[in-house]
Amino acid sequence: MANFFAERYGVQAAELETYLAAALSRGGEYADLYFEYQASSSLTLEEGLIKSATQGISLGVGIRVLSGERTGYAYTDDLNPAKILRAAEVAAHIASGPAQQRIAGLNASDLGQRPTASLYPVTQAATDAAMAMKLALVRRADRAARAYDPRVVQVRAGYADELRHILIVRSDGRCQSDSQPMARLSVFCLAREGAQTERGNAGGGGRVELEFFDQEITPEKLGEQAAREAVQQLSAVPCPAGEMEVVLGPGWPGILLHEAIGHGLEADFNRKKTSAFAGLLGQRVAGDQCTVVDNGTLPGRRGSVNMDDEGTPTQCTTLIENGILKGYLQDHLSSHLTRAQATGNGRRESYAHMPMPRMTNTYMLAGQHEPEDIIRSVKRGLYAVNFGGGQVDITNGKFVFSASESYLIEDGRITAPVKGATLIGNGPDVLTRVSMVGHDLRLDQGIGSCGKDGQTVPVGVGIPTLKVDRLTVGGTGA
Amino acid sequence: MRPELVELAQRIVSEAGRRGATDCECVIREGRELSVSVRLGETESIKQAEGKSLGIRVFRGQQAGTTYSSDLHWPAVEAMIDSALAIAAAASPDPDAGLPEAAEMGTSAGDLGLYFPATAMITPEEAVSWAARAERAALDCDPRLTNSDGGGFECGEGGKLLVNSRGFVGAVRHSSCAVSAVPIAAEDGKMQRDYWYSAARRIGNLESPESVGRTAAARTLRRLGARKPATARVPVVFDPQTAASLLGHWLDAVSGESIYREASFLTGKLGEMVASPTLTLVDDGTIVGGFGSAPFDGEGVPTRRTVVIGEGRLESYLLNSYAARKLGLRTTGNAARALAGAPGVSCGNLRLTAGATTPETIIGSVANGLYVTQFMGFGVNPVTGDYSRGACGIWIENGELAYPVEEITVAGNLQEMFRNIAAVGNDLVVRSAVSAPTLLIEGLTIAGS
Repeated sequence: MANFFAERYGVQAAELETYLAAALSRGGEYADLYFEYQASSSLTLEEGLIKSATQGISLGVGIRVLSGERTGYAYTDDLNPAKILRAAEVAAHIASGPAQQRIAGLNASDLGQRPTASLYPVTQAATDAAMAMKLALVRRADRAARAYDPRVVQVRAGYADELRHILIVRSDGRCQSDSQPMARLSVFCLAREGAQTERGNAGGGGRVELEFFDQEITPEKLGEQAAREAVQQLSAVPCPAGEMEVVLGPGWPGILLHEAIGHGLEADFNRKKTSAFAGLLGQRVAGDQCTVVDNGTLPGRRGSVNMDDEGTPTQCTTLIENGILKGYLQDHLSSHLTRAQATGNGRRESYAHMPMPRMTNTYMLAGQHEPEDIIRSVKRGLYAVNFGGGQVDITNGKFVFSASESYLIEDGRITAPVKGATLIGNGPDVLTRVSMVGHDLRLDQGIGSCGKDGQTVPVGVGIPTLKVDRLTVGGTGA
Repeated sequence: MRPELVELAQRIVSEAGRRGATDCECVIREGRELSVSVRLGETESIKQAEGKSLGIRVFRGQQAGTTYSSDLHWPAVEAMIDSALAIAAAASPDPDAGLPEAAEMGTSAGDLGLYFPATAMITPEEAVSWAARAERAALDCDPRLTNSDGGGFECGEGGKLLVNSRGFVGAVRHSSCAVSAVPIAAEDGKMQRDYWYSAARRIGNLESPESVGRTAAARTLRRLGARKPATARVPVVFDPQTAASLLGHWLDAVSGESIYREASFLTGKLGEMVASPTLTLVDDGTIVGGFGSAPFDGEGVPTRRTVVIGEGRLESYLLNSYAARKLGLRTTGNAARALAGAPGVSCGNLRLTAGATTPETIIGSVANGLYVTQFMGFGVNPVTGDYSRGACGIWIENGELAYPVEEITVAGNLQEMFRNIAAVGNDLVVRSAVSAPTLLIEGLTIAGS
């Protein structure tokens, strides 16, 4: 298959060798080139009007040089060979000495190499028909949200997609390209009753084509979800404060895993021993019903990629097996320095960013319990089914995540909806308090983005219904 | 800004008109950056880059479309103009859409002191030295500081050019630099990490790396041995950093975009008492050397000083021209122009006016409460003002900072919190575009064990 950058920008194998040689000219041990072309489009419907519509192109090359634990990085947004060569020379300065590495030879056919996995469609350039379909999606979401309840007074529906072409060329001879689509539809609503106004959010998508939104996650479903959350909050009572039993619903509440353990298991933090999980490999960090994986190979999912941003194929990595810590999420640098296997988790936001270990789709495998039995087992607690964002301090292990839709559980029954509250806990021991795991594993609808060191990448999460015996709930109520 | 870029922007604006745009606005940005990190005395990374990018917004009457790209070659630019016009054709006519009136546009007078060439001339070797000194100073403070997330230094310069079809041409250059340290302390098998930094537009105005390192060390060490307190309703003292985070939430609430969408708890409250009479909040984009200063906003309207809250009364929203039209008001010169999409709203330099009380006196007045030094997570609802965030800090007993606490949440409601401000500190130190002194707020719920 022809390469996008060869076709459109005339990039040739011989010049790539020249850039790599320049990158390693001062004694660096490894270098890679990351070519990226990203075409994005988005539109927003608000007050019934298509107020904002945008298209954009981001193009550039990032050049990385490794020398021991050191990284030199330079990028340019101009594919002029002189500019790329200069960036390579700048990145080379991380090392000091004569060139040591030979550059593996490249052929024109190497530029066409793609990963063996094919987890998503190779979408075509947007057409006029596609534009009309996108407009229809946001209008349908808007209609569904307004039709849900007369108290819905504001709706904002947005559609955004992108197509990212990447070419990775490494000094060890590996050369890989991929084309990665992404689409997302999101709905924000306000509901009002008297002087009270509440909000609701919903969204979905993945590495999919437009037809995806006519199947399971339709604009009608998202419109109703957002409207329901906003309307339901109108009758919410203050959330209780303090430690209590917490039941997390299936799907998006899996953000618990992302914050509580996922970041702490990224290999860079463990190599540097700055993570609360450092040195815990082989030890118990969760209840024996808990098995947690990071899986970048699920077709069409937001967190999936055929290969990571260093050209390593993605895989399913077991992080915790029956409660025992089994593995870390590796990129090239950390796996090389610690003599571990790369796991396909070296990701980056764009050509302007260095890769580092990141999650893909992180979820807990299904257990045995009936979800109803889990709720019935709680005397007084919280049932949280939808969340906003979360954050973790990987060094002391403390994490938070904020519920946007949750309910009181009283004597085994779900009762009043409660106002949004933040849940806070300690990563290395929260999963040891998981006492029941449901059989209803679900993944999120495809809206997750993860931030680390100022870089944002798309991710997925998932859990079955599960019970944490003790977690601190940060409300204002008694 | 280089003359050829000004020419390019003007050519784009006139070409868009020739191809059917009734109005056009073009923004070009260019910049370069250097950032380094040093960990445990060794250089960990050096990153250098130069970049430029272009954003175009066109109007066909009341329909708008925007495009952006980093490719400034003319054939690519022509394609961008065409696709912006095509997108505009698909957008809905919006009677409030459009550029500001010509009479509203202009630049504030005088040199704002935003650009210092020497700041952008720092070499990678000098940068590594700054970062290493900050980390070394931190780790030298105490034997319990055994690990590090590194010392950092970054600097850069940038330029922004805005040209539109109503005759506005504005260019601004700015420089900035920052030094930071993130030491890690361990005691009894538990680790804690904290950070400190200094940022400036001019290298000569940075705190010394040694001072930054020592502060980072003190902030990290004071977290060792943290406990989890019992759930309680107590007064909370916000240090200047956490107090500034509250202003960030208030900025969302006074933004004209939230107001016209009725997505703010301050909707319809103009002229009403919304905070304690001790509270005055001013936005000013014209402060010399300010981190949020600029001669013109994202639409080419001069920046200015706006009293947002005067002695507790809501005096003004912060507006761009679109939000202003929606609300029947005038723009306050607070348009924020990213490359993509329509302009949003942002602050210039948003500052809470200092009071007369020292932070020591404020802490001394609390018999039992929390001194909060850091927040985590996103538990803030700008529609209702409901507030619940993860936190850590130091517990106050009988007016003294007694012991560190963690794994707690602080919850309340932003409206009540601003009304319940019982003391405003005299310690306003400007460290970023949003600045506040120490604050004492009564009646917040701390969830712990």
